[in-house]
Amino acid sequence: MSNLYVADQPEAATAGHPTGRLLEVEDLRVEFRTRDGVAKVINGVTYHVEAGETLAVLGESGSGKSVTAQTIMGILDTPPGFVTGGAIRFHGKDMLKMSAEERRRIRGEGIAMVFQDALSALNPVFTVGFQIAEQFRVRRGMSRKDAKKRAAEMLDQVKIPNATQRVNEFPHQFSGGMRQRVMIAMSLALDPEVLIADEPTTALDVTVQAQIMDLLAELQRERHMGLILITHDLGVVADVADRIAVMYAGRIVEEANVHELYAKPAHPYTLGLLESIPRIDEKGQQLRTIRGLPPSLLKIPSGCPFHPRCPMAQPVCQEKVPPLLQLGPTRASACHFAEELVKRD
Amino acid sequence: MSDPTAAMVTAPQAAEPGVVTDTPPDAGRPGEGASKDKPRGLLGDAWYDLRRKPLFWISAAFILFFVIMAAFPWLFTQTDPNFAELSRSRQGPSADAWFGTDIQGRDIYARVIYGSRASILVAVAATIGTVLIGATVGVIAGFRGGWIDQLLSRIGDVFFGLPFVLGAIVILSQFNGPGTHRGEWAIMGLVIAVLIILAWPVSMRIMRSTVLATKNADYILAARALGASNTRIIFRHLIPNCLAPVLVYATILVGAFISTEAALSYLGVGLQTPVVSWGVMIASAQNLIRVSPYMLLFPAGALVLAVLSFVMLGEAVREALDPKMR
Amino acid sequence: MGRYVLRRLLQLIPVFFGTTLLIYWLVWAVPGDPFAGKCGERPCSPGFIATMTEKYHLDDPWPVQYVHYMANLLTGDFGETFGQRPISDIIIQAYPNTLKLATVALTIEALIGLTAGVVTGLRRNGFLDNLVLISTLFLLAIPVFVLGFVLQFLLGVQLGIIEPTVRDGAPWADLIVPGFVLGSGSMAYVARLTRTSIAENRRADYVRTAIAKGLPMRRVVGVHLLRNSLIPVITFLGTDLGSLMSGAIITEGIFRINGIGGAVYRAITTKESATVVGIVVVLVMVYLLMNLLVDLLYAALDPRIRYE
Repeated sequence: MSNLYVADQPEAATAGHPTGRLLEVEDLRVEFRTRDGVAKVINGVTYHVEAGETLAVLGESGSGKSVTAQTIMGILDTPPGFVTGGAIRFHGKDMLKMSAEERRRIRGEGIAMVFQDALSALNPVFTVGFQIAEQFRVRRGMSRKDAKKRAAEMLDQVKIPNATQRVNEFPHQFSGGMRQRVMIAMSLALDPEVLIADEPTTALDVTVQAQIMDLLAELQRERHMGLILITHDLGVVADVADRIAVMYAGRIVEEANVHELYAKPAHPYTLGLLESIPRIDEKGQQLRTIRGLPPSLLKIPSGCPFHPRCPMAQPVCQEKVPPLLQLGPTRASACHFAEELVKRD
Repeated sequence: MSDPTAAMVTAPQAAEPGVVTDTPPDAGRPGEGASKDKPRGLLGDAWYDLRRKPLFWISAAFILFFVIMAAFPWLFTQTDPNFAELSRSRQGPSADAWFGTDIQGRDIYARVIYGSRASILVAVAATIGTVLIGATVGVIAGFRGGWIDQLLSRIGDVFFGLPFVLGAIVILSQFNGPGTHRGEWAIMGLVIAVLIILAWPVSMRIMRSTVLATKNADYILAARALGASNTRIIFRHLIPNCLAPVLVYATILVGAFISTEAALSYLGVGLQTPVVSWGVMIASAQNLIRVSPYMLLFPAGALVLAVLSFVMLGEAVREALDPKMR
Repeated sequence: MGRYVLRRLLQLIPVFFGTTLLIYWLVWAVPGDPFAGKCGERPCSPGFIATMTEKYHLDDPWPVQYVHYMANLLTGDFGETFGQRPISDIIIQAYPNTLKLATVALTIEALIGLTAGVVTGLRRNGFLDNLVLISTLFLLAIPVFVLGFVLQFLLGVQLGIIEPTVRDGAPWADLIVPGFVLGSGSMAYVARLTRTSIAENRRADYVRTAIAKGLPMRRVVGVHLLRNSLIPVITFLGTDLGSLMSGAIITEGIFRINGIGGAVYRAITTKESATVVGIVVVLVMVYLLMNLLVDLLYAALDPRIRYE
């Protein structure tokens, strides 16, 4: 299925990268070949992140946001997942064309990842210190003692009290929020340039969420890292993100910087998401929802994938796939009626 | 049970062209007419998988074959397995006797056929008994917990601590030793009883641990909150979900019992004359293995084949029921 | 942890008494003449019967007998056979051979089973995988006694590669084939269990994390995957050792090994009841202790269950 991609990305602010962007994904396509058919999980996704900035990738379950991250890291389950097109460039070099060994070296040192469920993502039979220290031992050639010391220092950096003792404990002995900090510490051990955080706070309660997000923001500032924050929670995003990419059915449907997006969304889906947030000053009214459910990726609707649920849908929406149109230097939207939306009220 | 993939599978139908209004018709409801996309559930998925495995069909075919052989031995042979004619002693396979004759001049082929009856009957009966008793005790122990659980577990441990073959030999040699003469059914019944008595703790443990694991599952709590009685919870919710490991175990157990019974008969304490048993045939053939290897070969081959088919079936069922192997 | 061990030991006691009571009852309480065949062709002399009856309290009801017996046992007195031979002698002579056999069987099981399981678990659906799957299925299906004397016949008698029966003193070399036979079923099970465990854990989240950390695959598999996957296998091997040490009546019989299995079988068939009970008591004790050790081993391997 051809998907015309029209947007011209504005020139990146040269943040000292001689070969262009720090990390960019270009027209990535991924499909899952299952017993029930081929699911088109990612259908031409393009985004990028620079040092020192936070890109939030927003979407519901099944939008493809996590799969994109996994593809960037190279940990996609193959089979059943297969990359069928596009490029992923780190410092300008396409990782999909690299050897396995080259890609492996980038992991941890160039790009690192933090996962959603720290309890299952950490190895239950090794101490937390072991799991952090092994990176120093294996990849930096440190001695056991030095590596352990550094591991304790990392735990300290993520504000875990009693670091030197807790370094000998096992993952199940930590609370949810502490465990997430451990994961963050582990991912930052080798000073990566980009950190991908896949729903880092979804499994935590609200107060802990805030703490973790603050921690991430602080660490990012200190290290001048690029941060890709994957989430479905609009509340989390508002504080932390510089730019937002909204995904639906494996595509980017809107891209904007955070202020623009919240002030004036340019896509009906984004609009629906924003409107569905309950507001304190609207007591006694019915909660607004986006009717319907996300489509099965085995049978993505023709044309704009959102059209079955879109209150603004017109016949053209079913016939033509809307390209990601540039609406301004930092805005893009994949909707035939994006301009009308923006001009509204 | 809510299936989180229901949304993926039941796709909303796209609206008809040209009929787009502000309220798209039924686009959101999970497709009620989409029968092809109905979620299958674990058992349904398992059956779907099972049907595709050649392992399943081969083993099922063999088992069916043996069961028919056991139930209707006259379909396979007209010869009396106990008819001994010494003049025909130790003759090799021939047109008369396909598998040859044994030392007493009995037709080995007929004996192998009739031997299947004893083996299958004993194994199946013992399995049913073991699973019923063990599962019942296991459910009670797991569900009730507390001192009942402790008591039942200790009792199970006591039987467990007795080495299986040893215990069987001790019991059987008292009641069934060489020199005792009993009827066919009495002998079989005794062996079945001994197998059940010694094996029930294993199936109890399996059931108990499954029950313990699912007892505190959310859907059980939900059922309780809705006012379901204990009986209802046990029969409607608990048991169907704990069936899978028991099913796998039961299938493999039949194979294990066929093997064990043969071993006991081989030692002289299991099935014996007038019951025809593969184990006894093997025992009497072992000293003659050099001169008449076929006397050992055929019953041993039948034995291995029978056990193999049940073990294969058990494997096929286990693989099909295991959601993690997808 | 100490409390847990204590609790388990306490639970062990009623089970121990329960099992020994059961076996005592089975052996002694069955009607029949305990002196049949003890004195050769002739019936035993009244004097002999009188002495034995008094010694073993055979006139008392069997629960009383049991108490007497256990009291003796706890002071280390296993009693004597009807032929005046100390039962403890029999045990001390026979058990080491069984232990040697058990060790050989376990080693073979572990080596072959683990290797086959690891290789096929990592690389599924190849020729090797199918080979292992089919051969393990056969090994699981072939009864020990069939495998035992088929191998004995083929390798010992026909081809002469090994001694058909084990020589006195049970030299290790002689025990290889019997050990293989004894461990064949378990070996097949170990291979399958390992294969399944590895295949399951390969898709685990922590493996994904280890790869995402940029660790070399060698380390991801050799350290992270293996350490987790082998837990159920090691615990199974421990339990199996417990069963192996309970004597292998059939294998010892076929290969003529002077082990505890053979000893107890002889005792059963000659109705040496005291010997049977004595040996079973030892076997039960060993089995129960091995079980406890395996549980402790499990706790040592998996930190999540450390403080039960």
